[in-house]
Amino acid sequence: MKYCMKAILLAAAVGWSSSLLLAAGTHPTTGEALTDDQIFTYVTIDEHTSVDPQIVEDVAGAAIVRDLFEGLYNQDADGNLVPGVALSHATNADKTVYTFTLRNNAKWSDGRKVTAGDFEYAWKRLADPETASSYQWFMGVMNIKNADDVMSGDIPVSELGVKALTDTTLEVTLASSMSYFPLTTTHGSTFPSPQWAIKAHGANWVKPEHIVSNGAYVLTKHVPNETLVRERNPMYWNDADTIMEKVVIKIVNDENVALTRYLAGEFDKTGVPTGQFARMQTQYPEEVYSNPTLCTYYYNLNMGEHGPEALKDKRVRQALSYAIDRDIIVENILQAGQFPAYTFTPDATAGFTVPEVAVAVITQAERDTKAAELLSAAGYGKDNPLSIEILYNTSEGHKKIAIAISQMWKQKLGVEASMQNQEWKTFLTTRGEGNYEVARGGWCGDYNEASTFLDLVNTNSGYNDSKFSNEEVDQLLADSKTSDNPQPNYTRIEEIVADEAPLISIYHYTSAMFLKLSVKGWPHENVEGNWYSRNLYKVAE
Amino acid sequence: MLNLIVRRVAIAIPTLLIILVISFLLMHAAPGGPFTSEKPLSPQVLANIEAKYGLDQPIHKQMFNYTVGILTEFDFGPSFKYKDRTVNEIIAQGFPVTMTYGIWSFIIAVFFGVPLGLIAALRQNTRTDYFAVSFSIAASVLPNFVMAPLLILVFTLWLGLLPGGGWNDGSWQNLVLPVIALSTSYTAELTRLTRASLLEVLRSNYIRTARAKGLPELKVILRHALKPAMLPVITYLGPMFVGLITGSFIIDSIFSTGGMGYFFVNSALNRDYSVMLGITLLVGGLVVLFNLIVDLAYGWLDPQIRY
Repeated sequence: MKYCMKAILLAAAVGWSSSLLLAAGTHPTTGEALTDDQIFTYVTIDEHTSVDPQIVEDVAGAAIVRDLFEGLYNQDADGNLVPGVALSHATNADKTVYTFTLRNNAKWSDGRKVTAGDFEYAWKRLADPETASSYQWFMGVMNIKNADDVMSGDIPVSELGVKALTDTTLEVTLASSMSYFPLTTTHGSTFPSPQWAIKAHGANWVKPEHIVSNGAYVLTKHVPNETLVRERNPMYWNDADTIMEKVVIKIVNDENVALTRYLAGEFDKTGVPTGQFARMQTQYPEEVYSNPTLCTYYYNLNMGEHGPEALKDKRVRQALSYAIDRDIIVENILQAGQFPAYTFTPDATAGFTVPEVAVAVITQAERDTKAAELLSAAGYGKDNPLSIEILYNTSEGHKKIAIAISQMWKQKLGVEASMQNQEWKTFLTTRGEGNYEVARGGWCGDYNEASTFLDLVNTNSGYNDSKFSNEEVDQLLADSKTSDNPQPNYTRIEEIVADEAPLISIYHYTSAMFLKLSVKGWPHENVEGNWYSRNLYKVAE
Repeated sequence: MLNLIVRRVAIAIPTLLIILVISFLLMHAAPGGPFTSEKPLSPQVLANIEAKYGLDQPIHKQMFNYTVGILTEFDFGPSFKYKDRTVNEIIAQGFPVTMTYGIWSFIIAVFFGVPLGLIAALRQNTRTDYFAVSFSIAASVLPNFVMAPLLILVFTLWLGLLPGGGWNDGSWQNLVLPVIALSTSYTAELTRLTRASLLEVLRSNYIRTARAKGLPELKVILRHALKPAMLPVITYLGPMFVGLITGSFIIDSIFSTGGMGYFFVNSALNRDYSVMLGITLLVGGLVVLFNLIVDLAYGWLDPQIRY
């Protein structure tokens, strides 16, 4: 009896340990030993707004949508386009009609085929005034034919320039020629959505019990403001290549608490609390990363009707720009590997070469001398000091920068600089209405091409808070849309912006994070921060 | 007593209506709106969204429709920020969470705070009293936004005993730290209040009379001192209970409980009008209810009170 019991136990133990060995395995290409638990747990600071591709409007939500759904194209680790549901595309001679060929093995999680019709439905849904998506404007960025008239309800949604010719052929007609159009198709708001599920469940279709999705993962659990779980989707056309079985979000509203819990081993990834990057990098050099991102921190100088008279003088604006020592701000205040900015478009932008604008190529001492000359030429000095107010939204980080800049202006130029902070929505309203002198701004690219930045200085841009207007810039922007090589136009626009200084570019952002050593496959070089869980895997340490 | 209840319920309705109107007006007076963002929406897109949520109508109409929605269907509307959820869903998910850790904190605070205050008063100027007084001062000056991260540091990072946050369907491990962080200052306040109140009662004339007629000390305290000493404590317990069960922004955001306190504060920052109104009305209703309960308890504690 005793022997019998022992034998059973032994057999069970052998069986259990061999199953462990089998489950662990190795990475198919790199050959690294994988851990048993392919579960990736990461922190987001706030609850996502939605997981509906056409409704979601925040970065955390967009990352979930990229896992749950798949659009025409995906991005690789460097941000280049790779096939998603679309295998390839063709375009007509003047680049106004794009025809995408879709794979025929893509499936929804309920087993239905993903068709061109699902994309047509989703795009029309995005443009439909009834959907009332905050991301409708992306249709304008994509330059789809009739998008504006459809959004305003002047013509029916059926007139939108998108049409499924067959189940695997999607034809997109643009309002005008645009060479970088395919880049916009990696954006979540262009992902397909399942008409039958939306019809059946209305707004509740995105709940775990109803959702139908076509990405590498399916949503299995959501507890608002606490956790969200997605698990691999066996129906995904490339499921065989997925290694990470499960992805878990823990929502932790306090970044310091998130770090403590990360250090206690609760998470695989979290952010680096503001102001702690340098210390954390010394302490945990192998787990702390700082990756360049497509975002620019800048100050708007109000040239509009409510703006101060002084800022209508180009020399004053130039002086304010020259007197800011970007190196001090980046190295002594931010300390997380950010890049000093002299152009609005970051260096990290694909296909963009940063032009050598005048303010960038001289030393800070030379800039300071020049700034003082410019301001006195404009008639300001000790007897007649310029007074300027900096407006920013309440935050320790913005405050530190505002203090530094106001001191630089004060010491170098004798400017009487004051500061005012406002709560976020109040700040946005004040800035939007043009009731400010100098106001901070942060701008992140919607796709990886310089126009996503430079369109902001277009006279008609809704984001042009400086109220800058320059005919040459507008023309250059219009021409660049159709050009095969828009770089010369972008160079010229940056030169004009640096010279006219309607805004002062201060630094280009980086995104700082903690990532456990065991997690591999993170696309650190993807400047848009577009990561896909199916490319991640955990190795045994 | 029935008379009192009927009267108070009758007053509660206009009270809640006034809360609704004032909150509604204040909310709309705040600059910006639910759809103000870093990348401003084009006027067309904004118009579509406002039409969808009925924000394009004049404010009195919005208020009317909102009130009708609540009265007829108990519908508090959709959240403007979390687009795939309604206010009813947010409250249904967040309220049980805050109620759970709130009730536990209430029990702990009353269970420890009241007896500690009583003992301190009965043994005034002894070591026990000094301990109780020191504890209540220390605990009330240590705010929970300092205490909560400290607890996580000790119990999660150093000792590895308890999870540093999350709710996990209310498992006890996830409850311990939030309850400690939340209940400490309330325990301290109850200790201080109970002690002061009992000391005052013990010095009153009728206690002197009771002692003079030769009643044993235990009887003096149990029969004559305790009830009147509890009056100020009960007054404090009503609003304290409501404050605890409707959640704390600090506790919710530091311990990521998914509770209602976080949604409440954030809804104001996000200008998520419907969420803010919904929770305001819920809190308002609870305050009215518990004030009534406190008033009823008064009658039992103090025979001089007549309704």
